[in-house]
Amino acid sequence: MSGEVAIIGVGMHPWGKWGHNFAEYGVAAAQAAIRDAGIHWRDVRFISGGGTVRNGYPGYVAGATIAQALGWQGAEVNTSYAACASGSQALAAARTKILSGDCEVALVVGADTTPKGFLAPAKGERPDDPDWVRFRIGITNPTYFALYARRRMEIYGDTQDDFALVKVKNSEHGFTNENARYRKKFTAEDVAASAMVADPLRLMDVCATSDGGAALIVCSLDYARRIGKADAVRIAAISTVTPSFPSALVEMPDLATDSAVAAAPLSFRSALPQKAYEQAGIAPEDVSVAEVYDLSTALELDWIEDCGLCARGEAAALTRSGATKIGGRIPVNPSGGLACFGEAVPAQALAQVCELTWQLRGQAGSRQVEGARVGITANQGLFGHGSSVIVKR
Amino acid sequence: MSDGAAQASVPVLDGWFTTDGAAPHLIGTRCSACGTYYFPKLETFCRNPDCESSQFETVELSRKGKLWSFTNACYKPPEPFIAAEPFIPYAIAAVELEREKMIVLGQVVDGVGVEDLKAGMEMELVLGTLPDANVPEGKLTWRWKPVEGASA
Repeated sequence: MSGEVAIIGVGMHPWGKWGHNFAEYGVAAAQAAIRDAGIHWRDVRFISGGGTVRNGYPGYVAGATIAQALGWQGAEVNTSYAACASGSQALAAARTKILSGDCEVALVVGADTTPKGFLAPAKGERPDDPDWVRFRIGITNPTYFALYARRRMEIYGDTQDDFALVKVKNSEHGFTNENARYRKKFTAEDVAASAMVADPLRLMDVCATSDGGAALIVCSLDYARRIGKADAVRIAAISTVTPSFPSALVEMPDLATDSAVAAAPLSFRSALPQKAYEQAGIAPEDVSVAEVYDLSTALELDWIEDCGLCARGEAAALTRSGATKIGGRIPVNPSGGLACFGEAVPAQALAQVCELTWQLRGQAGSRQVEGARVGITANQGLFGHGSSVIVKR
Repeated sequence: MSDGAAQASVPVLDGWFTTDGAAPHLIGTRCSACGTYYFPKLETFCRNPDCESSQFETVELSRKGKLWSFTNACYKPPEPFIAAEPFIPYAIAAVELEREKMIVLGQVVDGVGVEDLKAGMEMELVLGTLPDANVPEGKLTWRWKPVEGASA
């Protein structure tokens, strides 16, 4: 798809373990984004929500739930569920609506309330559900992250200290972020002293699950010009590609990869940013800042390589060099990432775009990446969902 | 076979593996047209986008493969996992099967920890036991075990 849309408003509800109804976070984030855009709620003609599967029927129709809470005003509504890419899918729906000329201004919003501890599957004896099966035989989410992390150690020589450095870096980034849940500067010693969860990953290598909300107001470039925001940050690409058969990695919740007997294996993770780069017509060298899905510390290193920000196998060295810190050549997760936020599934992909918008506007305060002009996000979730968004100034 | 679990005879997942204690196999299928293997069994439509086949043969997957990566579970997983009390951490292996060109996960046998494992090691499939809520002696599962004398 060609054509850009403008981001004229961003807003978040702080991440935490607040225990409120998810819609409250969505409303707070939406109101903040509407205020930031300087428009009236009635100006929004399309509400696109990221769905949540942990909050009953209102969560399945999150777009409508939040629209009603803000006050029905006759706008059209959508809810997208795509696991960790839900927010991006909702954003893609809004972009399509705007570029087709069907509406000028849309609210994109995602919010979640999450249970404590491991994310567990639905109950019952359900051997046809791969998610049920893998839990039955003792394979949890951290298992997959740990397998990828150990693989890095085995083939690239990465160490647990390298992984810890990602946590230390992200905790420094998120230290002053008022929307982050964890605001403490952790040291490598803190990480090493935390409990082992799934060797080689310790508690501080793995992200938590959080409550939170994020929202964007997006509009046509013409509308942005008319309200005096011609220089607003723009969305240059949204990639939500699915994997290509046969997928090279064993992906949650599967117990096996595809068989690569009939065709060469392909990487899903790297396909996500690749499509985004093609759509935006830019290359990894053009990127000034990245927000990637650090479900684990080691996974941030995988993403850095999948986004083409360094050669395969070199992300640990890049991190050790300080290049991924704010002030370095290519800062990664200036928000603090999932390490500081924890995961609020339908909000997370939008939170990444919120951060990049603040960065590109020069409004990120003490986390500011100087001169940021192009930002990329990347994330991946269950069942072939993932996304990568490119924003530019 | 896990210690003291000789009585377990009911597989935790019906039809997922053979229960011959000496040489168990995972049970998969193979597309009759393009040769792609599937585990668990797929018998509806081949997932290869360039293959329209709906014909599959049931096959026993290779019992041996090379260790791709490994980890462990230090905390008790949530239900439907049922843990022995007290919970004993177990290692988990991802094993690459050469003929099938696929990687299959599974718990590692008792007594083998991550410190005993190295990518590239030869691993073989054996039977083990998983605790079960209704079957006191537990249920059968598959486990990966380093082949005697294996090294990376």
